[in-house]
Amino acid sequence: MTYFHLFLAFFFPNILAYGGGPAAIPLIEHEVVQKYGWMTKTEFSELFALANSLPGPIATKMAGYIGFEVAGVLGSIVALFATVAPSLALMLLLLNLLYKHRHSVRVKRLSSYVLPAIAILMLSLTFDFAKTSYELNNLIPTILLLAASYFALEKFKIHPAFVILAGLLIGGLFL
Amino acid sequence: MKVTPFLFKGGNTLAKQLHIFIAFFRSGLLGFGGGPTTIPLVHKEVVKTYEWMTDEEFSDVISIGNTLPGPIATKMAGYIGFRVGGWLGLINALVATVLPTVILLILLLGSLKQFSESDFVNGMTNGVIPIVAVMMGVLTWDFIKKSKASLGIKLASIIFIVSFIAIIVLNIHPGFVIAALLIIALALPVKGGNIS
Repeated sequence: MTYFHLFLAFFFPNILAYGGGPAAIPLIEHEVVQKYGWMTKTEFSELFALANSLPGPIATKMAGYIGFEVAGVLGSIVALFATVAPSLALMLLLLNLLYKHRHSVRVKRLSSYVLPAIAILMLSLTFDFAKTSYELNNLIPTILLLAASYFALEKFKIHPAFVILAGLLIGGLFL
Repeated sequence: MKVTPFLFKGGNTLAKQLHIFIAFFRSGLLGFGGGPTTIPLVHKEVVKTYEWMTDEEFSDVISIGNTLPGPIATKMAGYIGFRVGGWLGLINALVATVLPTVILLILLLGSLKQFSESDFVNGMTNGVIPIVAVMMGVLTWDFIKKSKASLGIKLASIIFIVSFIAIIVLNIHPGFVIAALLIIALALPVKGGNIS
């Protein structure tokens, strides 16, 4: 049953998310944290942080890890299969059809109409993370860390792995 | 321009499989920030280093991949691996793309967890959460920009607001909202009726 749930928890987010793996993250959070309760929000954010600071596709890293945590190696394989196989099968099966219709307005609309909804999901997860930080660290440290990491990541373009490392260190020492 | 599988059928030499593995292993391990950021790296391997595809073919694969949901890196790896080396090539490319970083993550988080009773490690988690919020915020902004670019500000805002009401205010499961949007995208009439 766990394997079946693992399959569903990764099948739906990845078959619904347009815009690559990152688009699936809020949907995966919905399944893993809110529906099945395999992880707390804090654990999930920790996982996202580390997954994001390592190289490679993000959706598969998260699936592989969560599957492993929930049901061992086989769980990891099930979660990865559910993440990768459906969209790849669609691609192989529909390739010629999609190639023929690649200029069709409807086919283009499929991917673009979903984007604002994905943005809402991401926005809501952003607020969730900020709120969790506020609950754990209070207001002032949260604001300081938010501002510092924004400037480090976006203005100074410091590699995410270093920013996470700094965050881990600051957290370990002061929080 | 043909995008036909089985193009290289029959050529499953060991060297070819090794090249597939190296191509996707390298681009997976060098690309930070999720699958979409590995596209240029895969492009370099597939078009320049190994010359399995032309520039044009590669961009067709990307644009077709983008009309489908799910992670782009694995759609790319699976399809290109299949074209170059058949079913073995498909599995090979997927394993090279996915497995190294999954194992890295499991080892890293596993070792962190061993110390999860210590105050220091608990504090570490607290220090990371605000950074995660910023990373997610940046991703959000990316998708808002993408929405605006592909839909125009008016339509993007309408869908944005409707999704907000449905998902946040009415608490409808996001899956239903996305499914509804997909149906609308397919069902809505096309101006001028020029469907490819």
